[in-house]
Amino acid sequence: MNNKLYGNLIFELSHPGRRAYSLPENRFGHHPLPDACRRAKDAELPECDEMTVVRHYTNHSENNFGVDNGFYPLGSCTMKYNPVINEEISSLKAFTDLHPQQPVETVQGALEVEYNIQRALASITGMADVTLNPYAGAHGELTGLMIITSYHQQRGDTKRTKVIVPDSAHGTNPASAAVCGLEVVEVKSTPEGLVDVNDLRPLLGDDIAGMMMTNPNTLGLFEKDIPEIAKLVHDCGGLLYYDGANLNPLLGAARPGDMGFDVIHLNLHKTFSTPHGGGGPGSGPVGVCEKLIPFLPKPHVIKTKEGFAIEDCRLTEEYSTADNRIGGYLGNFLIILRAYTYILSLGRNHIKEVGPLATLNANYIKECLKDDYELPIDTLCKHEFVFDGLKDKSTGVTTMDVAKRLLDYGYHAPTIYFPLLFHEAMMIEPTESESKDTIDGFIKTMHVIAKEARETPELVKEAPHSTPIGRVDDVLAAKHPILTYRQLIHDMESEE
Amino acid sequence: MAKVIEGLYYSESHEFVKVAGNTGYIGITDYAQHALGNIVYVDMPEVDDEVEVNEDFGAIESVKAASDLKSPVSGKVIEVNEALEDEPGLLNKDAFGNWIIKVELSDTSELKDLMDAKAYEEFCAK
Repeated sequence: MNNKLYGNLIFELSHPGRRAYSLPENRFGHHPLPDACRRAKDAELPECDEMTVVRHYTNHSENNFGVDNGFYPLGSCTMKYNPVINEEISSLKAFTDLHPQQPVETVQGALEVEYNIQRALASITGMADVTLNPYAGAHGELTGLMIITSYHQQRGDTKRTKVIVPDSAHGTNPASAAVCGLEVVEVKSTPEGLVDVNDLRPLLGDDIAGMMMTNPNTLGLFEKDIPEIAKLVHDCGGLLYYDGANLNPLLGAARPGDMGFDVIHLNLHKTFSTPHGGGGPGSGPVGVCEKLIPFLPKPHVIKTKEGFAIEDCRLTEEYSTADNRIGGYLGNFLIILRAYTYILSLGRNHIKEVGPLATLNANYIKECLKDDYELPIDTLCKHEFVFDGLKDKSTGVTTMDVAKRLLDYGYHAPTIYFPLLFHEAMMIEPTESESKDTIDGFIKTMHVIAKEARETPELVKEAPHSTPIGRVDDVLAAKHPILTYRQLIHDMESEE
Repeated sequence: MAKVIEGLYYSESHEFVKVAGNTGYIGITDYAQHALGNIVYVDMPEVDDEVEVNEDFGAIESVKAASDLKSPVSGKVIEVNEALEDEPGLLNKDAFGNWIIKVELSDTSELKDLMDAKAYEEFCAK
């Protein structure tokens, strides 16, 4: 990275009149737009030559850190390897050149991909059918909750307006419920970090639409009371929703459908190896049990005697809950194709090794580090676990400091300050992709940082030292974000 | 360590009420500001809004998390602490000195369900 030349904003590299194009000579004269159609002020766009633009963005892209750069133990995000074969298959022109409005007889192959992965995901999770339409995990959550409310409304059961969410839940759960118009009721965790069944019982009643759960939960612990919880929720007339964020350790070991979950969402960008975060886009398929199939959104791919077909909304005068849509077409097709490639690459037998290996890696790291880091719940974890900061907190080094120091050593930081059950939470998820060498390297570094925290705490408190930008002022960034160049200029002018 | 003040009423979700006659000053405890870290935004109700015991009346956003504010008592909002709009960090500086809303209590018997300083200190130590 050439920081000296290119650690700039593109606006700072701008020179008036510089262009990356040249037009042929104007032989037609000038015909200006009427004033009413013109902007009052210049657009203030940067003016650069092509090479400057390319170098600028190339250098910026090298400041990024992704799973292709190094170990990325971001808890609850399942940052597993994105196999190259996924990219190869999804860049085939036969797929990339399709148009969603093409006649179905000309896209039979693409529909076969959609149909087959619907079946594969249903079989992996134990659900009856799946929609691929949601464009992200949170979109899947909203879709799933809309299916639950549609189901209750269809039966004329309109007083079910509440949804139960554990206090350890991902923040998206209460957020999706609120967007869906449901009231959130929180259920507490036991000291062992599991849903407290005794706290749950009195919450259940005829106003409960359903309960959302992550299993294993955000502490990486398996909710072993799930059969009892499923029975309690079902007995009160509610439905059980599975947040698929933590599905990875279950692959090959257990299926949400068998645990009594009625609706689930999956994150293909987590469990099924498609790019994540800024490298997305995401994909959040939703699976349902038999009785909820009529409430799956349209369009939906089905198999007929004549081939694959698209079931779509009927244009009738009377609204029916069977005619719901949550997006334009059949989801993020090329992402779905990557996930399908992943499932076929692993195959039925190897996909069963994913969960056990992810679980082994997490437990190995936890056991190796629990002498230096506070392990609040010392038990067997699944794919991830949570430390409550350093064991020795006497020098005042916080979880934030440890996370920043990890950047100096070339690792992405774990998820920090989540879940909210602990004050100094540090949530580590290695996934099954990593080799023992990589994991041992990380463990060694975490020990080194713990030692630094004891002996040279200032070094850790002032980290990172080797990144292009040092310690960022979080408070200022949250209170006064500067998101455009114009705002920056304005701020600088008003300071002068 | 987190500070606790005698004479206030405390809730399990770490709000306090200071009672003066029929008026309650509601804020978050020192323990809460400590746990939240640097506070960057306080979402407050409007004057004349009704607050219900154990119901949300606003939210606090810190660099770590966004948390709902639960009202320890029921009543009508008679004033909100406008200083927190520009300077939410006041809660970090002095949580007990900067109440968030001032409420006209509608049911003083609710106070007996709250903890006193000693009980709250023990609650936090758990």
